[in-house]
Amino acid sequence: MKKSVLLGALTIAGLAAGAAAAGTLDDVKARGTLNCGVTTGLVGFAAPNADGEWNGFDVAVCRAVAAAVLGDATAVEFVPTTGKTRFTALASGEIDMLARNTTWTFSRDVDLKFTFVGINYYDGQGFMVPKSLGVTSAKELDGATVCIQTGTTTELNLADFFRANNISYEPVPIETNAEGQQQYLAGACDTYTTDASGLAATRASFENPSDHVLLPEIISKEPLGPLVRHGDDEWGDVVRWTLNALITAEELGVTSANVSEMATGSNNPEVKRLLGTEGTLGEMLGLDADWAMRAIASQGNYGEIFAKNIGEDTPIALSRGLNAQWTNGGLIYSPPFR
Amino acid sequence: MTIMTDPPRESFRLSMLLNDTRYRSITFQAIALLALIVAIAYLANNLFTNLAAQGLNISYGFLGDPAGYDINQRLIEYDSQSSNARAALVGILNTLLVAFLACIMATVFGVIAGVLRLSNNWLVSKLMSFYVEIFRNIPVLIWIIIIFTIMTAVMPAPRAFRGDEPEATMLLGAFAFTNRGIYIPAPIWGPGSMVVVATFIASVVGVFAYRRYAKNLLYQTGRLLPMGWPSLAIFFVPTIVMFFIMGRPIGLDIPELGGFNFRGGIQIGAPLIALWFALSIYTGAFIAENVRAGIQAVSKGQTEAASALGLHPGRVMNLVVLPQALRVIIPPLISHYLNITKNSSLAIAVGYADITATLGGITLNQTGRAIECVLLLMLFYLVISLSISAIMNVYNKTVTLKER
Repeated sequence: MKKSVLLGALTIAGLAAGAAAAGTLDDVKARGTLNCGVTTGLVGFAAPNADGEWNGFDVAVCRAVAAAVLGDATAVEFVPTTGKTRFTALASGEIDMLARNTTWTFSRDVDLKFTFVGINYYDGQGFMVPKSLGVTSAKELDGATVCIQTGTTTELNLADFFRANNISYEPVPIETNAEGQQQYLAGACDTYTTDASGLAATRASFENPSDHVLLPEIISKEPLGPLVRHGDDEWGDVVRWTLNALITAEELGVTSANVSEMATGSNNPEVKRLLGTEGTLGEMLGLDADWAMRAIASQGNYGEIFAKNIGEDTPIALSRGLNAQWTNGGLIYSPPFR
Repeated sequence: MTIMTDPPRESFRLSMLLNDTRYRSITFQAIALLALIVAIAYLANNLFTNLAAQGLNISYGFLGDPAGYDINQRLIEYDSQSSNARAALVGILNTLLVAFLACIMATVFGVIAGVLRLSNNWLVSKLMSFYVEIFRNIPVLIWIIIIFTIMTAVMPAPRAFRGDEPEATMLLGAFAFTNRGIYIPAPIWGPGSMVVVATFIASVVGVFAYRRYAKNLLYQTGRLLPMGWPSLAIFFVPTIVMFFIMGRPIGLDIPELGGFNFRGGIQIGAPLIALWFALSIYTGAFIAENVRAGIQAVSKGQTEAASALGLHPGRVMNLVVLPQALRVIIPPLISHYLNITKNSSLAIAVGYADITATLGGITLNQTGRAIECVLLLMLFYLVISLSISAIMNVYNKTVTLKER
């Protein structure tokens, strides 16, 4: 099954001779839709709702890019990818960008030839256990059976963590988050490990979330962000600066509600440059002047996206923590629009 | 009277390549071959150009690098610092293990179901045709997932065995059936245990020698020696005696609940069981049909003739029908064995670490060397399939009808 996917991807990679070389921006404009790779379903980050519409923190980035490039936040073709298929899908040109809580690492950037355009969530790997197990620290997990998504950085961190602490474990490799959830709830594994945000999102979908605890240890750095193929810098810039526009909008107080007002009424030159009433930033990107305004108007700024999908008022209830604006002591920081 | 003369030999003309039937087929074959070579060369060139454009190259250097991940089911020593090549080897052994187990079990299921389907008992034959139709017509991936899900949902978790009044108990105090797998006692080989093993092997040889001797005696003198109980005695008694003489050198390591899981003993993981069982029961349904076809291919006259000679039904089957049925059964059986081996690549659906899951899954993903890994995988499955085919063909030669 998986083999045929790979072979298919390889064939496409082989046949799509011109496609990869030509500008992705032009391709997207000509096609009229953006092909965006997301997870197969992780509530809060990317999951279809009851009406089959994709929603979530990562989905908002896709929609913002579509709004900026195509002027239509719904012109997105969502391609669900697993931890294993995501890079092949991107490398082969099946998707234009990947927004799938993917960790920015050296080898993915340098060796796999991808360009991470920024970080939209600073995360770390954690462990979830049933409360009834009575475990309070990840170091007490000696001999435990651990559910782990294959093809992820967490798989390697897990091996390193247990090795460094000189304790043993039994891995149960799984393909998707849904599968992990099922195995964990059936007791086929003692603990489930993935990014702490993913654990919180998974726990929120349980029948009794309070029966499960996240252990205090965060065993790795997991900077998550959208990525594109190497070698197409124009397209990389579009995605990078769309993300930065959302972040800057929060910093400057531009929201989906006041964006049109701010475009004309604000005296702040950076707001004006961002929203295209001053300067030619949009033109430099190969877009029109209103690109950032459309992205912000359709999805809201970074803070709004966070609050709506994974914030403290949602079932996932993640606090901003490291993901607060730098002005509030967090790490979310956009280079200036100048 | 006319004199026949050979027509004058025409010299070869280019148009004859198309017009002359002697050359035409060769011409077309040559053209087709050329087109194929051009197409393959185009695709390969395209691939390499694109790889070069993306700054990628084909390199197998990653095989020597540490894999970095752990594998739950392994037949050889392996940890996360072992190389990718060793991870692939673990996967290869796991594939071979499950394929081997499933081939044996599928054959057993298939032969039983195939023979019983021809039973005169209405209920038995209908039950068997029900089995064949149900299992043959639902994809094997679905069976793998169904069986695995049932196992994890129905069997108790190891923690159910804990406490003073546990919800689950071990069978005979030595076998634990959990949703993570089955734990069975493992033998501990103490000093002197090899003598016991050697005795056991010697008694197995002894059983065969005795039966051969008894057979020869029967043919030469007509004296019938008892076969059943002496064979059993030769098989068991010397080994048991030697076991006590050597002071019981072989002990049992009984699995015990420790920490989160059972420790000690041998663990047969749930993914292996689910995959093994699903592959056997699915392919068994196909083999059952082969067996039935093979038996029905033997003319009824053979059975009647054998009965007329006074052979009882068991011997008719063993000595007359089955040897003739085998030559019909074996060739399709080869392809079912190949199918089992290839279908075992669905292992990743239940987290079993076969070659597709290690080399073609995790290694591919962590290194990003998709083309290299897929080429290796293709090579592996090709080699394995051709080997199985070769071995089975040799066996087929020995059972084909000897025509003299």
